[in-house]
Amino acid sequence: MREFAEIWSYLAASPLIWLSATLIAYLIGDALAQAAGRAPLVNPVLVAVILLAALLWGTQTSYATYFEGAQFVHFLLGPATVALAIPLWHQRHAVRRAFLPVCAALLAGSVTAVLSALAIGYALGLSPQLLATLAPKSTTAPVALGISESLGGSPTLTAVLVILTGMIGAIVVTPLMNALRIRDWRARGFAVGVAAHGIGTARAFQVNPQAGAFAGIGMALNAMLTAFLAPWALGLFL
Amino acid sequence: MIHALTLILACQLAGEALTRFFGWPAPGPVLGMALLFALMLASARLAALVTPTGEGILRHLSLLFVPAGVGVVGHLQQLGAYGLGFALVLVVSTVLALAVGAGAFVAVARLTGDKGDRDA
Repeated sequence: MREFAEIWSYLAASPLIWLSATLIAYLIGDALAQAAGRAPLVNPVLVAVILLAALLWGTQTSYATYFEGAQFVHFLLGPATVALAIPLWHQRHAVRRAFLPVCAALLAGSVTAVLSALAIGYALGLSPQLLATLAPKSTTAPVALGISESLGGSPTLTAVLVILTGMIGAIVVTPLMNALRIRDWRARGFAVGVAAHGIGTARAFQVNPQAGAFAGIGMALNAMLTAFLAPWALGLFL
Repeated sequence: MIHALTLILACQLAGEALTRFFGWPAPGPVLGMALLFALMLASARLAALVTPTGEGILRHLSLLFVPAGVGVVGHLQQLGAYGLGFALVLVVSTVLALAVGAGAFVAVARLTGDKGDRDA
């Protein structure tokens, strides 16, 4: 029998182990979420991230090594974004009927997301560079990085803020909407897509297919609007 | 399934190429989504072809955010001295955006006499 360390050093160098670990961690997270009756706080992404972070820390594995395996999952974000056209197409009549509410919610949600973040950050004394980093935090990651960079922010820090915003939105949306007595799935989904991009959209799909479809539209429209909105909003605080 | 996957990837590729070429602020996959939607509108057969595979990918959309999420853990110390401030900003701003967005949707739906999709 070979030494464990020898087998480990072989496996640790191949993408297979971290790809498998990512899927297993997610399945554990998903099983826990199901067991918890889809309780908002037991978010499968959050559980999987905590498990994997602990595993990387425990095995002294660098993120670069981990990502060699995980990139195959990460890559699918692009095709998945394209695939959001499918629920949108199936809900196209509902979306056309809700044209005015969609426009209103997009404008209100997007402006609130950017302005409230900048206003609170400004009140806390964040530097102009940190405000620029913060401005696109509700936008889907690739767009947010581009906006942050063009405004003079730090794209890597923006990526962190974007993911955290997504998780906060996914956790908070169900109890918040219940407390506000907003039962319209279209409104709930659209708002979480605007405020918490893809992670919010993933949560919406778990709760209701119509909420998921509207969340996908909210995410896509907000990405485009924020690109125009963020420079203007940042100008108000400089 | 291979046909559907090819179509989805081709839409993304076309989207990436177009945004690069014209220097648009929208990311390639978002443009690819608009492209696929246009194609589905044009052909119901194509829509039926791409639906099962696409829904399969979307069923586990959460999984796809796990690698990026793990990356965040390593960068948490970058939040540095402002960690608590950022936490406050993100929570308050996200709650506000959710409430105002959904509230605006419901209010305008009511104003325009929209009763939602009870029939759908």
